[in-house]
Amino acid sequence: MVEFALPKNSVVLKGQYFKATEGAKNIRIFDIYRFNPEDGKNPRLDTFEIDMDACGPMILDVLMKIKDEIDTTLVFRRSCREGICGSCAFNINGKNVLACTKKIVDYKGRIKIYPLPHRPVIKDLVVDLSTPYAQYEAVKPWLMSETPVEKNKERLQSPEERAKLDGAWECILCFCCSTSCPSYWWNGERGYLGPAALLQSYRWIEDSRDEEAGERLAELDDHHRLFSCHTIMNCSDVCPKGLNPGKAIAELKKKIVLRQ
Amino acid sequence: MSDYKIIDHSFDIVVVGGGGSGLRSALAMKEAGFEVACVTKIFPTRSHTIAAQGGIGAALGNMEEDKWQWHMYDTVKGSDWLGDQDAIEFMCRKAPEAVYELEHYGVPFTRNSEGKIYQRPFGGHTKNFGEGIVQRACAAADLTGHAILHALYQQCLKHKVHFFVEYFALDLIMNEEGDCVGVMALCMEDGTLHRFHSKNVVLATGGGGRCYFSSTLAHTCTGDGYGLADRAGVPLQDMEFVQFHPTGLYGPGCLITEACRGEGGYFTNSLGEKFMEKYAPTVKDLASRDVCSRALTIEIREGRGVGKNKDHIHLHLEHLDGKMLHEKLPGIMETAKIFANVDLTQEPCPVIPTAHYNMGGIPTNRFGQVVRPKGNDKEAVVPGLMAVGETACVSIHGANRLGSNSLLDLVVFGKATGEKAKELYLDQPKKSLPKNSEASSIARLDALRNSKGKSTVAEVRLAMQKIMQADASVFREKSTLTSGIEKLDKVAKSIDTISLQDNSLIWNYGLIEALELDNLMTTARSIIYSALNREESRGAHSREDFPERDDAKWLTHSLAYGASKNEPVKLDVRPVHTWTLTDEVQYIEPKKRVY
Ligand SMILES: Cc1cc2nc3c(=O)[nH]c(=O)nc-3n(C[C@H](O)[C@H](O)[C@H](O)COP(=O)(O)OP(=O)(O)OC[C@H]3O[C@@H](n4cnc5c(N)ncnc54)[C@H](O)[C@@H]3O)c2cc1C
Repeated sequence: MVEFALPKNSVVLKGQYFKATEGAKNIRIFDIYRFNPEDGKNPRLDTFEIDMDACGPMILDVLMKIKDEIDTTLVFRRSCREGICGSCAFNINGKNVLACTKKIVDYKGRIKIYPLPHRPVIKDLVVDLSTPYAQYEAVKPWLMSETPVEKNKERLQSPEERAKLDGAWECILCFCCSTSCPSYWWNGERGYLGPAALLQSYRWIEDSRDEEAGERLAELDDHHRLFSCHTIMNCSDVCPKGLNPGKAIAELKKKIVLRQ
Repeated sequence: MSDYKIIDHSFDIVVVGGGGSGLRSALAMKEAGFEVACVTKIFPTRSHTIAAQGGIGAALGNMEEDKWQWHMYDTVKGSDWLGDQDAIEFMCRKAPEAVYELEHYGVPFTRNSEGKIYQRPFGGHTKNFGEGIVQRACAAADLTGHAILHALYQQCLKHKVHFFVEYFALDLIMNEEGDCVGVMALCMEDGTLHRFHSKNVVLATGGGGRCYFSSTLAHTCTGDGYGLADRAGVPLQDMEFVQFHPTGLYGPGCLITEACRGEGGYFTNSLGEKFMEKYAPTVKDLASRDVCSRALTIEIREGRGVGKNKDHIHLHLEHLDGKMLHEKLPGIMETAKIFANVDLTQEPCPVIPTAHYNMGGIPTNRFGQVVRPKGNDKEAVVPGLMAVGETACVSIHGANRLGSNSLLDLVVFGKATGEKAKELYLDQPKKSLPKNSEASSIARLDALRNSKGKSTVAEVRLAMQKIMQADASVFREKSTLTSGIEKLDKVAKSIDTISLQDNSLIWNYGLIEALELDNLMTTARSIIYSALNREESRGAHSREDFPERDDAKWLTHSLAYGASKNEPVKLDVRPVHTWTLTDEVQYIEPKKRVY
């Protein structure tokens, strides 16, 4: 048997405990992953008691409350607070979600907030996303077409053709999907593009205006790039926008088989 | 000060901001043949352009007859005549081309049965000079901003714009002549300082709606461009004009798009009355935003609000076809479910007027060049500096922006910056950097990082937001504005006594929030001082003590200087352009604005 263990300097230690203010009646407990690259210490898990009567309903509200009132050194990305910018993706109680659209009442007991899995942590909940960004760019996520267009006219696309893009173009690049995929954990740095980039590729292959579907498929036809997907389906399970990258990947595999 | 490592960069053009306007400008600059850097504090597709829902305005005429002249008329009327008509003509004429370009970039617009771009009705957009509603807002479901922002980012990748992501712009670098020669930025990942030397800087930093307590905007919309401009001696124009969107979700403030009413939604009060009939007999629930926001506020004030505290209004969609709602407004259905636990196919949505858009901003001409009046020359430009998008004031939105005209503004004027820069800078060398160009940024940064006072960023921010919400909101008057200014000035001074627990350099978000707060305060002060100064009611600026529009005195842009300083804001004016671009249309004379 192989034994898996974290390297010594990655073991998460017990951190500080922040008690709720005196008299708080409706307390929930949050364990939050902390890592400061400047102090040379291991990551730790800080615990915060939060008075829910003085806090908004979403997980993001808790993080903001901590940052504003309890420990201003806590660091995390956030922007739109309505589930559309994809900044506040974290792993909460073992599942990748957007903190701004997850209600606290939907969780029972202690709530554990970790950074997205298997990404290098920069600080606290902020991870390095340069690899998934590069993979997104690698699928050439732009319209490719040789046919000249008329300057003052749109290309036509029937409502049926357009409907094929529904569920494929709405991705917000939060990377909840890719970072939840075990195959991506292993193969993400070795060439597997991961569900987010593959969904993007599918979006262009399905677009009736794009003329490079063949070329795009040829590029994907590789042991790693596409075929490191083993249909685990975590991607579709976690997508906070309800998209189905797993299905898109299956379609891509089918298209490649049919071409041969 | 030795803490700071400075890394130098040299680019032809530096665009600050990776939202729709910044990306469109960067692309146009690339097309013009420049080396372009785009410096952005958040990853481009996370910019708040992502939130635009309803559509982008252009008289394509895909659904019914439409003309750019009608679009122009609506925009002028919407602006309550404060918009510059040469710029408005330019935008409305260029609109179809700009939208077709987006389509060519791959934007997944919704289609009509002919396969053309689908267009929906939007507030204030009419046919034949106000006769009835027209379908003009080009839509990609209710995620139009997402569709456009992603497509523009993708084009920038294709054209190899050089991105500096999670870099926070601190200050413009101005030389002795007052020309802009670059910008200083802080890399959030490692705390290094970066000096960008350039021929031209484009500010595309978006709005500053977060200076209000209740806002439809993202946490990152902190008016940084206003701070950068003001500190560089550039005025801020028409800042008193803040759009309150009638349909912010009651509570969290998330936007419920006007497209809901475009697709057939309507308001009711606690008596179940469709009250918009009283305020706008012709277009009713599709009157322009200032009109609707005032109507809702009056209904609530007069005791006809809904809910336990009678403090909001109902928006109804449940009478519409559920399948249509899922197809055309999927994002809204989701937002209402998550944040208000409301199923829009079954029950009404609780809404309230919410701070949404800055009509004012950094003054520019229609080429995007920043205007800084010099003596009698009210059109004098700042060499090396442009501004575009919500942070700019061209001015096409005047005193009130029409829905769908902002996305249009981003792409039309974003493109215009590239064309103008090509003419001005392509063959020009860079002007040299002044000595110690980094000094003032470092001093500011250092003071904030090491200040050990008694207040926190969150406390000061909240105090500011509460004042703005109470005293510079939908309705305004002298007494509350005056006391608001007094309170705000006091709060502004307390920025100096903020203490940061964290003085590290790697991802020091406390520091970033302090810098943002500084810029928000500049935004807030310029708004409230300008609001007190303008003694009339026009568009979104509604003074209870001066309920009428006063064209004799106030058909003019206001300018605010020095809002970033600890002293009273200085005010001035600048003429509105009362001419058109070509002889094909006549200047539209001011008249009473009724819908
Ligand atoms: C909820 C909502 C719905 C809307 N719907 C519509 C609609 O349907 N139609 C329409 O026409 N308009 C709509 N608008 C308005 C429109 O979306 C915005 O006005 C517009 O998108 C602003 O674009 P922008 O490029 O100017 O700024 P943003 O998209 O906000 O981008 C600002 C950029 O500047 C960067 N930045 C800011 N400060 C700094 C700094 N200090 N250093 C470095 N980078 C910085 C940010 O990283 C970001 O990339 C809507 C607005 C909201 C809030």
